[in-house]
Amino acid sequence: MTASFGEYGGRYVPETLVPALDELEAAWRAARDDEAFWAEVGELGRTYAGRPTPLTVAERFAPGKRVSLKREDLLHTGAHKLNNALGQAVLARRLGKRRVVAETGAGQHGVATATVCARFGLQCVVYMGAEDMRRQRPNVERMRLLGAEVRPVEIGTRTLKEATSEAIRDWISNVETTHYLIGSCVGPAPYPELVRELQAVVGREARAQHLEREGRLPEAVLACVGGGSNAIGTFAGFLEDEGVELVGVEAAGAASLSSGRTGVLHGARSSILADDDGQIVDAHSISAGLDYPGVGPEHAWLRDTGRVRYVTATDEEALRAFRRLAETEGIVPALEPAHALARVADLDAELVLVCLSGRGDKDLDEALRALAALEA
Amino acid sequence: MVRKALVVYLMAGAEAPELAEAAVDAGADLVELGFPFSDPLADGPVVRRAAERALASGMRTRACLECLAATRERVGETPLVPMTYAALLEAYGWERFADDARAHGATSLIVADLPAGERPELRRVQLVAPTSTDERLALAAHETDGWLYLVTVTGTTGVRDALSPALGPLVARARAVSDVPLYAGFGISTPAQAAAAAELADGVVVGSAALLAAEEGPGALARFVSSLRAALDA
Repeated sequence: MTASFGEYGGRYVPETLVPALDELEAAWRAARDDEAFWAEVGELGRTYAGRPTPLTVAERFAPGKRVSLKREDLLHTGAHKLNNALGQAVLARRLGKRRVVAETGAGQHGVATATVCARFGLQCVVYMGAEDMRRQRPNVERMRLLGAEVRPVEIGTRTLKEATSEAIRDWISNVETTHYLIGSCVGPAPYPELVRELQAVVGREARAQHLEREGRLPEAVLACVGGGSNAIGTFAGFLEDEGVELVGVEAAGAASLSSGRTGVLHGARSSILADDDGQIVDAHSISAGLDYPGVGPEHAWLRDTGRVRYVTATDEEALRAFRRLAETEGIVPALEPAHALARVADLDAELVLVCLSGRGDKDLDEALRALAALEA
Repeated sequence: MVRKALVVYLMAGAEAPELAEAAVDAGADLVELGFPFSDPLADGPVVRRAAERALASGMRTRACLECLAATRERVGETPLVPMTYAALLEAYGWERFADDARAHGATSLIVADLPAGERPELRRVQLVAPTSTDERLALAAHETDGWLYLVTVTGTTGVRDALSPALGPLVARARAVSDVPLYAGFGISTPAQAAAAAELADGVVVGSAALLAAEEGPGALARFVSSLRAALDA
């Protein structure tokens, strides 16, 4: 098997998609080595998305530590997802594809995709689990306002896993006209590498900003991991810095790396939540963006090599960190990075950098209700 | 006239051996037995629902292999081919799966999400699609085990209103690179569609429509398969 990351990765897809993946891979290789591609992506980042995003010192959140927050929550559309969506939209135009399909969990990737499709005049269809549409209602309305068609997925757990399967089935059925704008570093090759490279701007900027302000690198870098795109983009900036501890934080009920096994899901071999027979097991997280039984294959490889340590945070820990950041720093984080924030206090390191991958507006209803129940 | 092959797809389950026997008695030349997977990317709603029901009734790999053996006892020498997804083989062990399937009566194997070129040591029936390049057609034909499965549509399994216009060109391209038998599947659901597909290909695969008939029992399945057989032999 053409594995990409040690024994992980590959292309476990129906034959119908193989020529499209070959075509995407060729276009990606050409773009990767083309300065004009990166100039266009960089210009869009600066003038449309709001890059570079700031690095904020959190003075009060974690006493005894100096915590820097990489503010992807301040990016246009409110999360790091736009970095990937913009880059893939530029690529889709190079491929001549006029229609885009995407999956979304929390709705952030769906909003980012709908946004770039509006910007470039592309037709946009977003698949979203019916359960996620309920818990992320404002994002559904944003996508529709942006001109996207949001198709509810009513099968299985009605969350991100099923939405991803339906998006891939749509792609299989419309592959000649359609680009599949996958939202995380998952899926068949070349997607995991493509998404990492488009998100690597987060880690590159964060490293330079930290060096400039602190005069040194952070001792530890944290990011939450669902599919793993904000984490892989953040870690990409520090992988070569051996002295920097890298920590990925999964939702305890969706810990594909911490409690999963090697398996195949959505076109790649990775670490997934599955039973003895390879059947996918349901994930459970209050955070729709982490509620996924798989993870990018590169994370599985980074776990095995020991370069990144993967830990978990429970719903309750994430909710308390969500409230704490709001009260101590005046920043309402998304529930996804709240998982990473929840592990900051446990670290031995004092100089810590956290990727604040998105803002929490979308989560207010759900989080406040859950906090009320927790504190009752 | 050369007899056109009729392949019927059934989902593994308690009724599968009896259904398979009914299908073979009614004129099926080969039975595909679905080993269900929780996230079947290549399948439309009918196969997906059947897979969900099978999983809910406990049809995991071990039970599917037992079902395969029980089916073998009912259908004599008729070829039996499990059709499944890579996740099951990954969990069970690739070689062990192939060996155990054969030991339980399988003639070959179909893995819907393991395209030609990947794990060539795993002997299986390869699938090609209208999007396949000529180069990939040749590779698949070279690697395939006995016959080549032509996916007639750019899409997932399921009933369609009409035979895909993509089949003719796909058959012509496949014949240009290989002389293996070509069986057409995906979207073939009526006797008329089967007859039209068999004008072009050497056989047809009927999946979703067979599952729908099988839901009504062995008698209904036998009547449906007989109608397909009659259309192919006419």
